[in-house]
Amino acid sequence: DVINLFQPSDQEMEFLIGITGKDFVLTAADTSAARSITVMKSTEDKSRDLNKHNIMLYSGESGDTVTFAEYIQRNVRLYGIRNGIELTPKAAATFTRKELATSLRSRHPYTVFLLIAGYDITTSKPHLYWIDYLGSSAEVPFAAHGYGSYYCMSILDRYHHPDITLDEAKVLVKKCIDELKTRFVINLLDFKIKVTDQDGIREITI
Amino acid sequence: MDSFVNRFRGTTELWANEANMFDDFGPYDAVKEFSQPPVEFLKECTDEKSDSECRIKFEHGTTTLAFKFQGGIIVATDSRASAGSYIASQTVKKVIEINPYLLGTMAGGAADCQFWERELGRRCRNKERISVAAASKLLANMVYPYKGMGLSMGTMVTGWDKTGPNLFYVDSDGSRFKGDMFSVGSGSTFAYGVLDSGLDYELSTNDAIELSRRSIYHATYRDAASGGYVRIYHVKEQGWEFIGLFDVGNLHWEYNGL
Repeated sequence: DVINLFQPSDQEMEFLIGITGKDFVLTAADTSAARSITVMKSTEDKSRDLNKHNIMLYSGESGDTVTFAEYIQRNVRLYGIRNGIELTPKAAATFTRKELATSLRSRHPYTVFLLIAGYDITTSKPHLYWIDYLGSSAEVPFAAHGYGSYYCMSILDRYHHPDITLDEAKVLVKKCIDELKTRFVINLLDFKIKVTDQDGIREITI
Repeated sequence: MDSFVNRFRGTTELWANEANMFDDFGPYDAVKEFSQPPVEFLKECTDEKSDSECRIKFEHGTTTLAFKFQGGIIVATDSRASAGSYIASQTVKKVIEINPYLLGTMAGGAADCQFWERELGRRCRNKERISVAAASKLLANMVYPYKGMGLSMGTMVTGWDKTGPNLFYVDSDGSRFKGDMFSVGSGSTFAYGVLDSGLDYELSTNDAIELSRRSIYHATYRDAASGGYVRIYHVKEQGWEFIGLFDVGNLHWEYNGL
């Protein structure tokens, strides 16, 4: 089989970022949904809550993203209903990755870029997984998708540390967003920022 | 073409004598009747450079728009169908009346939009009024399996349901967005310009209708593939109402003070 490794540049205009801290994961995604040169919607939420303590951010091919995200969301929820306990972040990420790996060599592969952020209530630790359309999955302390990642990864490398507090993380994500506003040619107007911790998932402002 | 038509331009009586019905039909040579060989004709309609799975060129010449305001939702479209530089029709109905409470707009492949929105209408017959969110989700899920196979459809599904007026954008890529204002088609950027600068939620119904008329007119002025008539609908709690058909040519003189 021939795998088409060409990443359509349209998808790279979207930006996703995740930062793990002491006992939380901070995630942010831009809120513009564009079709070629027109911004169709500037208040789009590019995430789905998989269960109480797990969230998945998505970007990529329009149509594929929502369909795949809702498919994963429903299956993760079904596991919780059937078994009475919620899937851990690692399990959710492994399941998602496997689905993408199977889809890769099927008739119509899903072209999606994901971040799965979750708080494992059994071990009381936060986790972040970077997943792409080839089915690669990596557990990381911080991650980003899109062209924006070229600007932000170095900022995260410089200022992140494992015991970062929520307030420090908010300052860090603001640094990243400000850098995009300064240097990235695409005007990403607004971002939806969420925190996942032992109390669940909530949206915050910075 | 004329010789073809003339052969059948006979008497106005509907075959007065059935016995003689087939007398005028001679041997028919299909090859001679076409002005160019079928292969040449097909070459003009296909795009050799694009995706080898689906080479048919689609013209998306259209301007459609819809926006929410205090009085409900206004939906407006142009009515031109173009095939390359040829204007195929100036009187196309680009608003599809799915049911008395749901409207769909058409941009992209006319057949794709009409077929799939008709199919949607078929599925919306329950005892209860279907929500716009559900109807748009049905439409998006219907076309997603055909993604990559050449369907071309950029539509807005709108109506008034239990939660009030709602507007969704659905396209053949599989995207579906909820919003307060959308414009779709080749002339959409021009319509957005006028719409964004004049839009206010508190507009009166008449002002909202005038804004939509202006937006489509300006789009038809600048976009060669949009034109004909502005078709306007108003979605209210009791259902949609057809407002009217306005000739863009007349609007041009009116807006320029003549």
